[in-house]
Amino acid sequence: MTGLATNLRVVRALGMRSIRQTFRRPQLMAPIVVFPTLLLAIQTGGAGAAIHLPGFPPVQSFLQFMLAGAMMQSLMLAGNSGGIALAVDIEMGFTDRLFSSPIPRFAIVLGRLAGTAALGLFSALWFLAIGLIFGAEIVSGVPGALIAIVLVTACALAVGGIGAAIALRTGSASVVQGLFPLVLVVLFLSSAFFPESLMIQPAQAIAEYNPLSLVVNGIRNPMISGINASDLIDAVLAIAGIVVLGLVLSARALRHRLRVG
Amino acid sequence: MEASAAVAAPISAWRSNLATIGALMSRAKNELLRVPGAAIPGVLAPTIFFLGLNGVFGALTHLKGFTTGSYESFIVPVSMLQGAGFTGAAAGVNLARDIEQGWLDRLLVSPAPRWVLLAGTVLAASARSLIPATFVLGVALALGAGWPGIDGLLIAYFMVAAMAAVAACWGSMLALHFKSQSAAPLMQAGMMALILTTTAYAPLALLQGWLAKVARVNPVTQVVDAARQGFVGGVTWAETWPGVLALIGMLAVLGTLALREMRRTAV
Repeated sequence: MTGLATNLRVVRALGMRSIRQTFRRPQLMAPIVVFPTLLLAIQTGGAGAAIHLPGFPPVQSFLQFMLAGAMMQSLMLAGNSGGIALAVDIEMGFTDRLFSSPIPRFAIVLGRLAGTAALGLFSALWFLAIGLIFGAEIVSGVPGALIAIVLVTACALAVGGIGAAIALRTGSASVVQGLFPLVLVVLFLSSAFFPESLMIQPAQAIAEYNPLSLVVNGIRNPMISGINASDLIDAVLAIAGIVVLGLVLSARALRHRLRVG
Repeated sequence: MEASAAVAAPISAWRSNLATIGALMSRAKNELLRVPGAAIPGVLAPTIFFLGLNGVFGALTHLKGFTTGSYESFIVPVSMLQGAGFTGAAAGVNLARDIEQGWLDRLLVSPAPRWVLLAGTVLAASARSLIPATFVLGVALALGAGWPGIDGLLIAYFMVAAMAAVAACWGSMLALHFKSQSAAPLMQAGMMALILTTTAYAPLALLQGWLAKVARVNPVTQVVDAARQGFVGGVTWAETWPGVLALIGMLAVLGTLALREMRRTAV
């Protein structure tokens, strides 16, 4: 019991450090908040007329449709930023000091992931606030908003696991930073920004099999239509899959890091 | 004798200034040749945006009032200009790195005028911007974008090179002001916002709310429309001159501000 409490304290301390680090460095915060907000504003104004296209799901406004996409973009970039920060810790020797301290190794990774999840929570609240301020309605009300918050936070943690694995494997901040364009590719090839049925091939076919499309639908549908159990289950399963992938990759990368030093 | 010496001195000064600008451009070229990987993000980012926006928003051409049936043709000049924006902003980041590492201090104590040092950075960015523009154009043509014709192509390339100069002035101004590479997100985001708050996604008549208002007054809208004309229709002087004028205006304002920061920079 005492051991578990100590571990939780370590995770909390490292998580708080990770959050403070992000808020103190504008270069880490900008991609999480500024970039997706800017793109949300531009895409809402630029492609807003798309809601009149035949086949577009019935929505109150394009902003209402786009909120889930902006949240996804923000959480993906939070995961990437978490990976960059972990790689910087490795480069500067901070992680080595943690490895030599009497704390379990998983707590080191979990601490970083807790910080990334907190940033995911922040991003969900930020975009919900933006949506409400600019008149977007959450059709299923408070439960719908809560579902969005939970799914975004969980997905940030899941994506953060993959970022952490790459950071642990490479130990290089510039390599993790180089994944930034990949984040955009994965997002463009999902239903984050447009309904899958209206996308152009081959993007449409890829989006159909992209697990992020399932997560986006799970976040979006309670906002634009209503809570659907099947969408929710699909989103949870997709997140669980990403979590498992992140855990397996992180565990292997951690073993590799401990071996090579 | 004195008169000929008085004429020769300015000519010699100009030659020396041009040689310095050439040397600074050559340094930028060497950087590109020695670290080719450094150019990849500048090439990759606009290409990803082009492919992504085309795949996602391609159906917008079915909207009534859209000026072309090919979204590839509509969006490719925007991606070329985005590449110019990224390249210009990267010139600012490189200048900030030069400031941090003390290289700019060495240039500042040389007898080269401040505007020459700035011109070297800006013109190097202009030349470099043709790489991502050509790459994106190649991808777009392979995917079915319309051939803009030689005149349309030349206008598009001119707009790209001049836009990169505008972005380099913006990046240099921020680099000289903040003297840190931490200002990089501001350099990139500023250019991205300037280029995307135009008719980038759709024609003016289809833009919604605030973006329609901003796009009307954003000078880059004229640049985008001028670069786009060959891809979506014919080239006319009426579509070209507003873009040229907008670029001259932006270069004058941002160039003056960057030069002011350069003059304020003490060794």
